[in-house]
Amino acid sequence: MHRFANPARFLRLSAALRPWALGVALLTLLGGLWLALFDSPPDYQQGETVRIMYIHVPSAWMAMMVYSTMAVASAVGLVWKHPVAELYTKAAAPLGAGFTALCLLSGSLWGQPMWGTWWVWDARLTSVLILFFIYLGYIVLVSAFDDPQRGLKAGAVLTLVGAVNLPIIKFSVDWWNTLHQPASVMRLGGSALDPAMLWPLLIMAVAFTALFVWLVLLRTETEIAERRIRALRLATAMAARRDEAPGLGQPVG
Amino acid sequence: MTGVSEYLAMGGYAAYVWTAYGAAVVVLVGLVAATLARRRSSQRSLEALEQLRGRGRRA
Repeated sequence: MHRFANPARFLRLSAALRPWALGVALLTLLGGLWLALFDSPPDYQQGETVRIMYIHVPSAWMAMMVYSTMAVASAVGLVWKHPVAELYTKAAAPLGAGFTALCLLSGSLWGQPMWGTWWVWDARLTSVLILFFIYLGYIVLVSAFDDPQRGLKAGAVLTLVGAVNLPIIKFSVDWWNTLHQPASVMRLGGSALDPAMLWPLLIMAVAFTALFVWLVLLRTETEIAERRIRALRLATAMAARRDEAPGLGQPVG
Repeated sequence: MTGVSEYLAMGGYAAYVWTAYGAAVVVLVGLVAATLARRRSSQRSLEALEQLRGRGRRA
């Protein structure tokens, strides 16, 4: 009967957390957009293009943060066979891919006016593009197996191997010469950003995080529901076979 | 009115700034819509299956 066991504790927790995540996301999104677009100064060098930062930097943080949580969940899923951990990874991947795409797009739109180019093959940009491809590779791999359980396992291994890219992204601006500027918010000695720009940036980061939490909870619930759907369909099919030919349709194993 | 159009011009960088914010809206709204649509369809099939199963038990 444990085939039908649903992770009831996760579902209860998720249902309790979801409204809070949505509330925080909406409030901070409104407040953050107001500050970013109306109540923050233009940069003395970059002018109004600095407003792209309030989209670009939070989505870059999310791109890496989402992947980090997927890597942890993959390890938990592989080591302890925790069923929700595997489904979380699958639920999070499209969100991470979306944030990474947004990071690349907004970065390109910022690079053209400030660097004079949409794209350069330097370490930071290339390693983030690779992160995007790892997300896509995960999504394709997980759904490429007839047995969804095997797909999840293969995806977990890919996620762990791909995690080597995270420190490369983070330190690429220090290890190699790149057009991309080094970290200015999370660095030793405090942020180099003026509070008038730091606040909208941090609030937008909270907004993106809360939106991700809301979405990933919904998506993990959906993954759980879909696994239950598969189990029920299998059981219905077996019952139908048993009715047709008694003794033949016994479950194997 | 000049204040509004001056604001919208973003110091000459309107195309870059507004495209970036537009991309954010498209990506985030897209993720929300896809998530909600899949949730709705899976909930519907789960309810249908559970009803079917409940009937099968009692029969």
